[in-house]
Amino acid sequence: MNTNTHDITLTVNGTERELSVEPQTLLVHALREELGYTGPKVGCESSLCGACTVHVDGKPVKSCTLLAVRADGTEITTVEGLDDDSDGLHPLQEAFQEEHGLQCGYCTPGMLMTAASLLEETPNPSRKEIRESIEGNLCRCTGYQNIVNAVESAAEKMAKQEAGD
Amino acid sequence: MTSQPDASGRIFGSSVKRREDPALLTGEAEFTDDKLPDAAHVAILRSQFAHADLKEIDTSEAENRDGVIDVFTGEDIEASGIPNNIPTAWMLPGLVTPQYRLMATDKVRHAGDAIAAVVAKDRYVAHEALDDIDVSYERLDAVTEPAKAVGADPTVHEEAEDNVAFDFDIGDSDAVDDAFAAADHVSSVELEQPRIIPNPVEPRAAAASYDPGSDELTVWMTSQNPHLHRMLMSTATLGHPEHKLQIVAPEVGGGFGKKIYHYPDEAITAWCAKQLERDVKWQATRSEDYVTGNHGRDHVTEAELAVDDDGTIRGMRVETHAGLGAHLLQFATATPSYLYATILSSEYDIGAIHCRVIGAFTNTAPVDAYRGAGRAEGIYVTERLLNVAAKDLGMDQTELRRANLIDPDQFPYETGVGMVYDSGEYERAMDRALEIVEYENLRDRQADLREKDRYLGIGVANFVESAGLSPSKAAGELGSKAGGWEAGVVRFHPSGKVAVYCGTADQGQGHRTTLAQVAAEELGVPIDDIEVIEGNTDKVPQGMGTYGSRSAPVGGGAVATSAQKVVEKARTIAAHQLEADEADIEFEDGEFQVKGAPQRSIRIQDVAMQAYLGHDIPDEMEPGLEATSYYDPENFTFPFGTHVAVVEVDPDTGEVEIQQYVAVDDCGEQINPMIVEGQIHGGIAQGIGAALFESAEYDDGGNLVTGSMNDYALPRANDLPEYETDSTVTPSPHNPLGVKGVGESATIGATPAVVNAVVDALEPFDVDHLDMPLTNETIWSAVTTEGGS
Repeated sequence: MNTNTHDITLTVNGTERELSVEPQTLLVHALREELGYTGPKVGCESSLCGACTVHVDGKPVKSCTLLAVRADGTEITTVEGLDDDSDGLHPLQEAFQEEHGLQCGYCTPGMLMTAASLLEETPNPSRKEIRESIEGNLCRCTGYQNIVNAVESAAEKMAKQEAGD
Repeated sequence: MTSQPDASGRIFGSSVKRREDPALLTGEAEFTDDKLPDAAHVAILRSQFAHADLKEIDTSEAENRDGVIDVFTGEDIEASGIPNNIPTAWMLPGLVTPQYRLMATDKVRHAGDAIAAVVAKDRYVAHEALDDIDVSYERLDAVTEPAKAVGADPTVHEEAEDNVAFDFDIGDSDAVDDAFAAADHVSSVELEQPRIIPNPVEPRAAAASYDPGSDELTVWMTSQNPHLHRMLMSTATLGHPEHKLQIVAPEVGGGFGKKIYHYPDEAITAWCAKQLERDVKWQATRSEDYVTGNHGRDHVTEAELAVDDDGTIRGMRVETHAGLGAHLLQFATATPSYLYATILSSEYDIGAIHCRVIGAFTNTAPVDAYRGAGRAEGIYVTERLLNVAAKDLGMDQTELRRANLIDPDQFPYETGVGMVYDSGEYERAMDRALEIVEYENLRDRQADLREKDRYLGIGVANFVESAGLSPSKAAGELGSKAGGWEAGVVRFHPSGKVAVYCGTADQGQGHRTTLAQVAAEELGVPIDDIEVIEGNTDKVPQGMGTYGSRSAPVGGGAVATSAQKVVEKARTIAAHQLEADEADIEFEDGEFQVKGAPQRSIRIQDVAMQAYLGHDIPDEMEPGLEATSYYDPENFTFPFGTHVAVVEVDPDTGEVEIQQYVAVDDCGEQINPMIVEGQIHGGIAQGIGAALFESAEYDDGGNLVTGSMNDYALPRANDLPEYETDSTVTPSPHNPLGVKGVGESATIGATPAVVNAVVDALEPFDVDHLDMPLTNETIWSAVTTEGGS
């Protein structure tokens, strides 16, 4: 085995985790295989399908394009940590179910993380902006329309929640 | 969560939210590669050449790499004495069936054939070790295109010198000759349907665990039909006893046909687990899946239509060369023959049809069913040919279609290619679609825009598809080596909760929701008290799986039939307990009641408890309340519809903008309209993908040029329009639920609708036909050379 391993620290979904990775280990494999966060999926290993999208220090990143050592010291959110309120689903997750924005669900963890970033930056996006924002996330099941509906609906929900707070 | 019916109050037919979703949305759902986290990893060395003699395979360096557990070649597999032959599952007269070994030992026939497998402690080491294996090849020339492969040198398989696997024909050729002689006019088109890579977002994967003490082997895998995989691994490849082999399809991330077949990879993975007596797993990389998993389509066709000046179609003649790839997967022969030629009548009363199909081996990835399988290719031929003929006759595309539609009173309607359509109201769906797009206004707008050198195109496509594969006896007579039934079990637990088991296997269709709706409807039990179990050969008694738009009509048929049997047994018990004649017991909303005496009643859940207590049930009756059915459909079901695409084409850039897309589908009764619409949306996206973007391209050496997602164009969110969908409901008269299936319909309708629209837009440039995909370059070239076809 390659003994040239690196000790790194990742804060995943709010929990600090220490692990030892090889230089070539991709973040997605570190998350899935070393730390057990199997929410991010591997679909293409070439940054084209987006199923592995997670947030690294608040920004959406395809975790198959980032070496785990490069993520040392970062804060990572996977789909498992999308909902910070533990007794329910995130408004995006609720909206994806209500609008039938998922079928097989394999692209969904990445799609949700990309959509969550969009709504942080642009709380009230147009349908065109939603479509543009998910260009890097491939879905073969839904034809995208219900995903766009779901993101739009989640934006409305979140705006209402914001107004209610 | 609680699932509520719509305002109608009926659970069947309501857009119930999917119970699958919460686990998928939170990352808790487990797919194959999420299983066995501590397993060793398998990586498979693929032939780098499309056609070569294998001379020497040196694995010693790989074996010595740190972290490598073992390296195996085809000779190791042969030496283990397993059957080692993946069979095709549909025999045609004269079919050539070469052996398909798990790993090549003497010759490779496409760039993707397995040569060796490395098992290592982690996935990186396994893949790195592949580079340590030294293979010496003696290269041979390759053939990649079906029409050119016939009679070509070299041959892919020694058994088929001319590369022809089969030469199939159907229909009455004499009647067709007469029709062509008598008709006023003959229109013709030559067209190609490129290879499509199915591209479920989850690549194929397998994980295997072996217990040497009990000889039990468990394989988790990306399967659309776990029982078929079990049978094939047991009888044809691994030889592992079927009763000690468990196949589990956990969450499966899309299929579209790709995950029907038995490939070498899952057998190699399971074989390694047995050999090493340890857990192992394998997941294809995307590029690996592209060169090993099936592609779809790959047809080259000449088609002619005999038609009178008034638009009456008299006959149709089709000849197709279909590429099969280097190996025959299970439906490779059925897809371009019985699933293709038998649908050429589309929605029309054509009468005399003849179709010949030559299936050719090529040095490429195997070709087999992809969403729409055969029906998509057939409908594309007919719907393109009709538009060519309409132009020749100076008729509008809708006028020619309308003149030849099969009338509602002609059902059951036997086509010229052997199908008996069950029911249809074709004109109603077509009228609805034309009404939504405001067809006449569009024609006016098109004329106005042309004045301004802007090119609007309106494409109409009608379709029928044979869904609900398939009546077993009929399929058997035509060559199928498998049945077409589906198994369903409905089991009350003593507490009144219900377990439903079905042999279908979900890859995103939402069966756990829809099959629960079917059972809830029949049993009158709250849907939240019903669990649906699929995708596990140890839990579900038997099954044929999910493909061919069969889960609702055939799986649903099995569940409904079992539920009805359960209700009948419960009725007998209820009559006994209520001391009434069975004929006087009515069943409604889950409650048995004595006719005219509503106070004398018992809920079916309470009957279940009585059935398991066995204290007070009729003499001679066995305790328990459950039923199993092997529902074998009487016929295929025939969903249909009309799709209309409105496009604007920019002749200067070749760019196509889809301005409007309308789909009116009729899949009979709908179990869950939300899920039906989802299937239509996804189907349209894949149909548009084929029309405008997708094509798997090989170079002359047999290398897949579009070997990654960088090179193979898949439609993304911004490439696709908003869809307007509507439906009509024409129940299937022979299905217990009146359903027809919907998984493939929209893929079938969308492709010809879009191509017809683009060709319509280019009418001023005298373009009669363009081959897919209609890329900017294809269109620009056609426009600049005028009449590019």
